[in-house]
Amino acid sequence: MTDTPLTLAQTDGRALARLRRWWSGETANPVKRVQFDRPLTPWMFLLPQLAVVAIFFYWPSVQAVTSSFYLEDPFGFGATFVGLDNYTDALTSRGYLSTASFTAFFCVVVTALSLGIGLLLAVKADKVIRGAETYKTLLISVYAIAPPVAGLIGMMFFDMHMGPFTEIAAWFGHDLRVGIDYWDTASALIVISVWKQIPYNFIFFLSGLQSVPVSVREAALIDARSGWRRFRDITLPLLAPTAFFLLVINITYTMFDTFPIIDVIVKDKPANNPMTLVYKVYLDGFKGNDIGGSSAQSVILMVVVAALTVLQFRFLERRVHYG
Amino acid sequence: MAHLSLTNVGKTYGGSTQPAVAGVDIEIADGEFIVLVGPSGCGKSTLLRMVAGLETVTRGDIRIGDTLVNRLDPAERDIAMVFQNYALYPHMTVRDNMAYGLKNRGESKSVIEERVAEAARMLELRPYLDRKPRALSGGQRQRVAMGRAIVRQPAAFLFDEPLSNLDAKLRVSMRMEIRKLQKRLGTTSLYVTHDQLEAMTLADRLVVLNGGAVEQIGAPLEVYRRPASTFVAAFIGAPAMSLLDARVDSGQVMLDGHALAPVAHAPGPITLGLRAEDLRITDAGLPMRVDHVEELGAQRIVHGMVGDQSLAVVDTGDATLAGTVRIAVAPSKVHLFDSTTGRRIEAAAQPAPVPAE
Repeated sequence: MTDTPLTLAQTDGRALARLRRWWSGETANPVKRVQFDRPLTPWMFLLPQLAVVAIFFYWPSVQAVTSSFYLEDPFGFGATFVGLDNYTDALTSRGYLSTASFTAFFCVVVTALSLGIGLLLAVKADKVIRGAETYKTLLISVYAIAPPVAGLIGMMFFDMHMGPFTEIAAWFGHDLRVGIDYWDTASALIVISVWKQIPYNFIFFLSGLQSVPVSVREAALIDARSGWRRFRDITLPLLAPTAFFLLVINITYTMFDTFPIIDVIVKDKPANNPMTLVYKVYLDGFKGNDIGGSSAQSVILMVVVAALTVLQFRFLERRVHYG
Repeated sequence: MAHLSLTNVGKTYGGSTQPAVAGVDIEIADGEFIVLVGPSGCGKSTLLRMVAGLETVTRGDIRIGDTLVNRLDPAERDIAMVFQNYALYPHMTVRDNMAYGLKNRGESKSVIEERVAEAARMLELRPYLDRKPRALSGGQRQRVAMGRAIVRQPAAFLFDEPLSNLDAKLRVSMRMEIRKLQKRLGTTSLYVTHDQLEAMTLADRLVVLNGGAVEQIGAPLEVYRRPASTFVAAFIGAPAMSLLDARVDSGQVMLDGHALAPVAHAPGPITLGLRAEDLRITDAGLPMRVDHVEELGAQRIVHGMVGDQSLAVVDTGDATLAGTVRIAVAPSKVHLFDSTTGRRIEAAAQPAPVPAE
């Protein structure tokens, strides 16, 4: 019944206590426990899931970590142990650092825009009464488009010869050259990534809004005259759990799931194009055949994302009120 | 503090031809406690929500004080509302819940603090001011909702079935608290309920609604003693008044071939209303076949049949009842209604002159 979320220490403490109980064989509430005749039975049930996790997550992770300490022959004939060289190379390379800073910029802009626009659309769609279903379906339908297809559609919009966006930019006297000019490409990437992610945020925000009790909104209507104040003081705090969840998901999206979009836009284009760290991992590893360097980069990325997630949960989640 | 006047207020929802509320006229004096009562779907909540500004008014005028409020925002109407499910802001403490409306009206910090403290004292909420609503019981939440209304010092309180989510015992005590509080503050109040007992105990005046129209407006006892129609007669009072098909013949109400009471009314069919508590079991009178008996402790309700119509009688005796009993009623306690329109016929109110002995 307290409002303070569990601190990590507390959670750890509980897990430890549970472990100790399990070790000493005593059961906390034996009535609720399912008893198996053989101790192996529960493990058999868990095996398929554990196998999936081990094969597709732990094994590649271990592979990445080990190969990040080796310099591998491009043709796979041999590997030399080089210690932390791959890491120092990556972290001191100008190319890597500029990609990292673009990734940070990209992450902030795409997350902010797709959350903001998704919320705006949800708030507006929530007020529509007639034809609400049509609006919602239209707004959500983009979500059904696969990312590479989204990239392709975006590519057509930004095409240098026939893209409508290029023409619009030309009206304003700007020569839009996506795939050649760094910032033109960056804007195209941002627009397409945001466009792709809006429906997702929209769905969650809309369902979040609809779970705010009507009578609470009506009480606010009596208490506050300004619609903006009601939104800021009542609706937004009640949406906070949804928003927090979406923030975590969106950051992950911009870091990892924008890969196909970037691939469609910058593939086969001149070298000086913006890209995210994930794309660089792929490029250096599979195009540049530098498995060791690429592994080191992916390990760094893993650490960064893990740190970000922990930070979000520790510092942001405290402000979230779960109803 | 203000009077409230509803003139020919009506509401028809888009796409519907049947009005949800049809031309309601109510004049509410300053400080009066008015209860809107009726079965579900009778338009009582719609009417209240129109006064609050949560529903648009499609016909007529609503005035709070001397201001026509039809087109004003809810926040500009100087009203406070208590909702059925409390509608507290779940992310705010009790203190903030109460202060929020005042803050938005630009009241100074000291005024807000003072009023919240006063309301908390009145409602015994002081220990809970820093808690959030989910850490409170149903009754406490209801108090906070009341507090939120009180601190605004509005022209009128609007209550939308505020007690129906509470358990029976708490409902009775909260009912008394609301009544006392309203008398003490002297704020004009409009209260919606479907519970006729709540309506009777709270109201200065009752407004009985049926199908969007007013059936009767009056003080609780007046409505109880002289229901204006068969609808009101059946709705107000427990157990419900028995309504029976009867006839008037040669100045007597005839039920199942027995003369019940003298009336001054033209002969013909009529609907006869008898309250269970006005009937008594005697040695001579109307015969009733006993069907079953409900024991309530202090009294019992005897259900039976007169001819093929059912009748309920309150009895305080403890003799075993079986077979046929005889029922008598005082002539002044007989209610007569038009058998086609269901409206009250006043003839029954004037008992025939008792012949001098």
